[in-house]
Amino acid sequence: MTGMAVAVPKEKKLNLNNSLFEQEDIQKFISTTGVFEFRVAPLEITTSDLGLEAANRLLDEMQIDKTEIDLLIFVSQTPDYLNVPNTAPLLQHKLGLSKSCIAFDVPLGCSGFVYGMSTIATYMQNPAFRKGLLICGDTPSKTINKKDKSSTLLFGDAACATLFERTTESNIMHFNMGSDGSGYDAIIIKDGGFRNPFSANSLKEIDYGEGIIRNQCELVLEGMDVFSFGITQAPKTIRELYDYASIDNESVDFALFHQANKMMNEMIRKKLKLEIEKVPYSLEKFGNTSSASIPVTLVTELSDNLRQGSHHLLLCGFGVGLSWGSCYLKTKNLFVLDLIEL
Amino acid sequence: MEISKFLQNFADILEDTAPSLITENTIFRDLDEWDSLTALSLIAMVDEEYGIKLTGENIKTSTTIKDLFEKVNG
Repeated sequence: MTGMAVAVPKEKKLNLNNSLFEQEDIQKFISTTGVFEFRVAPLEITTSDLGLEAANRLLDEMQIDKTEIDLLIFVSQTPDYLNVPNTAPLLQHKLGLSKSCIAFDVPLGCSGFVYGMSTIATYMQNPAFRKGLLICGDTPSKTINKKDKSSTLLFGDAACATLFERTTESNIMHFNMGSDGSGYDAIIIKDGGFRNPFSANSLKEIDYGEGIIRNQCELVLEGMDVFSFGITQAPKTIRELYDYASIDNESVDFALFHQANKMMNEMIRKKLKLEIEKVPYSLEKFGNTSSASIPVTLVTELSDNLRQGSHHLLLCGFGVGLSWGSCYLKTKNLFVLDLIEL
Repeated sequence: MEISKFLQNFADILEDTAPSLITENTIFRDLDEWDSLTALSLIAMVDEEYGIKLTGENIKTSTTIKDLFEKVNG
């Protein structure tokens, strides 16, 4: 991993300014989740637009020869089209990459950044692949009902571009991934795919009580199930990775968790006995940015550190799928752009 | 596993509810303070104190605090 850039929409939403819910409920929500504000993309800006801007600036400032990018992966659950076509080839074209570049989508969310990295790393063990570009992010605001308290105060929009290059030095990058589809409905958009095709009923709003109103094409977040999963599975995958790589907390300079919610992430941190100084958060200002949350945290909280010297990072994404992945890697003089606002 | 200890742990996750209101037969959903965020605190407490994974389904299918205790104890 040699360079990284993150782009977010300019528009900020402050939870305390939300007039649809009681102030007391909002205060409680903020103290539990840690989310004060987040960014929202306007209708005309998609995830790929944010990712395109991040990638263009990154490749430009790093002075990368675009013909050397042999692989482009777009990780997102909010693509431009419902997978026909994939968004990655569109990005290959807009970025002016070679037609010999392999480009495809990986539609994962919370675990997506780590999955995207592992896919690129696996391809790049083959020396035919010189450089790989991972464009990763989501615009959850487009999938959420404003009257759904479980999600409308939590999620923010963001995307990132990360460059991977083959080096001659040996490098550390260990992964531990997993899946459990029995929890497929813990985070789900029910209608609009081929299991439940879009119909007139899909757009009918239903009041589920407790401040939750949404239609069948909008995001469902079963908070209790996701919480219970996260506090159990995230520490487990990290402990397994520690065992496999023969490392411990001492081997980690910074641990970057998917920004799910503060209470959940703090429980995970405490279970692992990781010092608070090693575990930065971007939740307060950007909310839960789905597959972009690890890069958003890296860029907004650690860029000064990462630009200079070597750092050992522990990354862990967990959520929709259910799916999870952790990664231990070493970065050296990472090229990190300041946060881009669109 | 003692239910008295469970009741005490349950009372501890609440901020504005008198501990005297927390009994075996309390219908936890009727407590003014109960909401989906309190449920997360409950899951966290059960994980920390008992090392047991309480699911959303476990909570949804419980009515009284005793029901919850039995799921943790079961």
